[in-house]
Amino acid sequence: MVGGVGRKEDRKTAYDAGMMKIAYYPGCTLKTTARSFEKSVIASYRVLGIEYIELEKWTCCGTYFSLAKDDLVHHIASIRNLIRVKEAGYDRVVAPCSMCYNTLKMANEEVRNDEEKAYRINSFMDEEEDYRGDVEVLHPFDLLREVGMDRVRGAVKKPLEGLKVMPYYGCMLVRPEIAALGKGELPGIMEDLIKALGGVPVYTPYNIECCGSYHVVSNPDFVMARARDIAKKAVMEGAEVIITSCPLCHYNLDRMQLEAKRKWKDFKEIPAIYFSQLMAIAFGLGKKDIALDGNYVDPRPLFEAKGLV
Amino acid sequence: MKDGVGAKGKKVANTAMNDEAEEEKKKVTIYIMGKAYEVPAGLTIMKAVEYAGFQYIRGAGCRAGFCGACATVYRKKGDYKLYTALACQTAVEDGMYLTQLPFVPANKAKYDIEKIEVSPNTLIKFYPELVRCVSCNTCTKSCPQDLEVMYYIQAAIRGDIEKVAKLSFDCIQCGLCAIRCPAEIAHYHVAQLARRLYGKYMSPTPKHLLERIKEIESGKFDREMEEIMKMSIEKIKKMYAERDIEGATEARAKAEKD
Ligand code: SF4
Ligand code: SF4
Ligand code: FES
Repeated sequence: MVGGVGRKEDRKTAYDAGMMKIAYYPGCTLKTTARSFEKSVIASYRVLGIEYIELEKWTCCGTYFSLAKDDLVHHIASIRNLIRVKEAGYDRVVAPCSMCYNTLKMANEEVRNDEEKAYRINSFMDEEEDYRGDVEVLHPFDLLREVGMDRVRGAVKKPLEGLKVMPYYGCMLVRPEIAALGKGELPGIMEDLIKALGGVPVYTPYNIECCGSYHVVSNPDFVMARARDIAKKAVMEGAEVIITSCPLCHYNLDRMQLEAKRKWKDFKEIPAIYFSQLMAIAFGLGKKDIALDGNYVDPRPLFEAKGLV
Repeated sequence: MKDGVGAKGKKVANTAMNDEAEEEKKKVTIYIMGKAYEVPAGLTIMKAVEYAGFQYIRGAGCRAGFCGACATVYRKKGDYKLYTALACQTAVEDGMYLTQLPFVPANKAKYDIEKIEVSPNTLIKFYPELVRCVSCNTCTKSCPQDLEVMYYIQAAIRGDIEKVAKLSFDCIQCGLCAIRCPAEIAHYHVAQLARRLYGKYMSPTPKHLLERIKEIESGKFDREMEEIMKMSIEKIKKMYAERDIEGATEARAKAEKD
């Protein structure tokens, strides 16, 4: 099996053979409200020669990384999931949801860097093998860097023909530095992806603004105002669609625009989709894999008008 | 349940039965609610407690690992672990500190299964405390049925009712998971709701059963029933013994020929 491809040279063989397998941690939302994300990310990465193998057993990641220094019990879920990755014979795991990615990665770094915490977590989970942080937590964007944009370009069947796309990173991919996709505030990976697919990335000061996150539960009006600002700026700068990798950002941007429209009649909506849906479109995949049917702001008219779906 | 019978610990009790005289000589010391008793090794906890002179008024039912009435918590000398077991299925060990749980208090939601709306949020709606789960795995560790309790709770959070129903199928509602959970979840009630929903609204409808019910209601078997009702007990017994069981008739014929 080419599963545990931790060593660079093994990975190269796996890629050359056309199928690099990686352990896949879905998280709760990709199995419920973000089905379109799951379908499109699995399908589009398969085109790139990367097969996502779902862990047989996994739990919620814990949703967020608890910053309280003594709140170790909230890291247990993340660490146990990483132990499951090892048990499945892998040393790398991909977590497409930005929240899961951030939570798993932060917990992993905690165990790597704090011996005492690692000891306490391990002795609490005395039914499991000790874990020392030896699994690598990756985001699908890390895998894009690994395969290289040439490969992405090579897979494009329906170039986006200059489609203007706003890459929306939100918080979880860029903060804090220990979990960030790259150094500095803008990782640039989504921009590179958009270009490789034939689109034009649109820069706005809101690309890494917080969407309001879970305040949507207790203070939806506040989140609605943020969604409005982000969407407004995207439209002003000429974007036709927003892409994201976070189900919560996606919900806030998509659903709350509907509310914004109700409140401000002249508000102009802009569809928000997952980056993997954009990949699936450009790779010429089928409707089921692209899965554009679950949005509040319907993205289909845009792509149909351009003859892309 | 493993092999369709009781749960963990059963085999110890059985081997002991084979050699009762030998075992009778061997005694172990157990502590029932703090007081020491000498009991024959190899007894189940339930039998040992009775041997010590106690009488079960609650906390015992089937005595066969099926009803979940005999939840037991214990520690062993020099061991920090808190163990859980079914008293009727687990053999005593020397140095056990035992206590029985005749009843586990747990919040149970009220619902009318005929009127429930099935959605991914149904379980969380009735048991909102589900989302407090921190994946500590304590429930799984305490389950005498060796169920993947944590994973069914996690499936419940995601609204995967089918998975909850399947993973919890062998739950005997002993309540040990619920009494240990730091999130104060009543796992077995959640699981039972999931199985009810799955059974009523989600599992494929057995066509043959519906057809048979229709046949019965249309009176297809009424005459036969009436005849049986008039028969003597002996005749019914004979008919029962000689009834045609699928495959059994041929097997019997084959055995006779051999
Ligand atoms: S014991 Fe409670 S908190 Fe721990 S995993 Fe089980 S359900 Fe979750
Ligand atoms: S799931 Fe809980 S109630 Fe059911 S058998 Fe296991 S410990 Fe007992
Ligand atoms: S008495 Fe029924 S399970 Fe023990």
